[in-house]
Amino acid sequence: MKTILDKQQLHLTILRLAHQLMENNIDLKDVVFIGIQPRGVQVGVRLMESIQQLSAGEKPQYGILDITFYRDDVRDELHVASTTEIAFSIEGKKVILIDDVLYTGRTIRAALDALQDFGRPQKVELCVLVDRRFNRELPIQPDYCGKAIDTVISQKVKVEWDKEAVVLY
Amino acid sequence: MQLSTKHLLGIKDLSREDISLILSTATQFKEVLQRPVKKVPSLRDVTVVNLFYENSTRTRISFELAEKRLGADTINFSASGSSVAKGETLLDTVNNILSMKVDMVVMRHSASGAPHFLAKHIPAAIINAGDGINEHPTQALLDAFSITEKLGSLEGKKIVLIGDIMHSRVALSNIYLLTKMGAEVMVAGPPTLIPKYIAEALNVKVEYDIRRALQWCDVANVLRIQLERQNQVLFSSLREYNLAYGVSKGLLDSLKKEIVIMHPGPINRGVEIDSDVADGNQSIILNQVENGVAVRMAALYLLAGKSNA
Repeated sequence: MKTILDKQQLHLTILRLAHQLMENNIDLKDVVFIGIQPRGVQVGVRLMESIQQLSAGEKPQYGILDITFYRDDVRDELHVASTTEIAFSIEGKKVILIDDVLYTGRTIRAALDALQDFGRPQKVELCVLVDRRFNRELPIQPDYCGKAIDTVISQKVKVEWDKEAVVLY
Repeated sequence: MQLSTKHLLGIKDLSREDISLILSTATQFKEVLQRPVKKVPSLRDVTVVNLFYENSTRTRISFELAEKRLGADTINFSASGSSVAKGETLLDTVNNILSMKVDMVVMRHSASGAPHFLAKHIPAAIINAGDGINEHPTQALLDAFSITEKLGSLEGKKIVLIGDIMHSRVALSNIYLLTKMGAEVMVAGPPTLIPKYIAEALNVKVEYDIRRALQWCDVANVLRIQLERQNQVLFSSLREYNLAYGVSKGLLDSLKKEIVIMHPGPINRGVEIDSDVADGNQSIILNQVENGVAVRMAALYLLAGKSNA
């Protein structure tokens, strides 16, 4: 087991990502943030708290998306679905997808498919806390990245919110 | 997490966990049905045949819609107008359909146990859409989903099934499901339509007085008189049945509390239920129909993964 980000580093990384997101999206009115179920949701909540502080209390639009029904391995392994809650229109908006770990890229592919069923965004970007950069199976890259790491397939990366740390097993 | 069974033949075979999994998955599908695009691609590589040996409106449309909203390909088969009239057996018919690469079978049949028979002989996953007087599992699941939506949970709730308990597959599936999930179940109706020893066999209360039954319950699920399955006279006339056991507005208003009214359809207005009750604000009959699609999507989705064996 190896710690990739400890409590303080995790806090700083979230704060940096929030600054970068603000830098590129000064006007929050045309931007919506969507956390991907299950583990992107918590990252999203932290980012939204930081962004709200940086933008003098203006609350960013935040939704959560479950991609279970859009997976490409539905019939190999059964996954239990979680809640989707997108209480606003994404039509013509800039959508920023948020997840914890970017690995094969298949989750993001499914999320892009799922987004289409809610409308046609003007642009979609991707924000991840950890990028396992040499394990991609699809041509998908993050626009905002907390930390890029090199791993092999047998390893596991986990964000442990109770201990506030990112660890590699 | 997945279902403990390969087929959905009856609620009898399901565990409490299975039922919870189907109901929670249905909640997610209900959200999908509120989206601008009410469709997901989960079953795009699955072909389903809807095999209906008996008439149906709601169940058949509901299954077909559920399959289409999951992206599956569907074939509809009804016994009338097919080679069944030429003498083809059930097993031959199904094997011929399956040889055209069909993965799942949704089946309704007037003979109790027909889908169980099929399950022993074919590799495809089978969903029972009603077999004779045995079970109608997806109806019980959608009833449970609708009750949960309205009252928050099933645990400890008092539900009365009124009418033709003897010939109703909806009643049997509901009894299995509700007792497994910790609800209290009562059956009410004329003694000729309630099987002897049902209280001991299925752990339900029995009541022959409709007013007392309604006074006891939180939810009343009113069932249709299955005239097509009755081969002897079990009550003198439909009019008399209505007077003694029909759920009327006057009867509901005379109760000291507000109860939820359900009916699996098709309704015989003026027989088991009066129009102003069926269309009244205590009725969730059309919510049941709406929820049917989400519940059937959940059943199809959870069983599809098991059909490629």
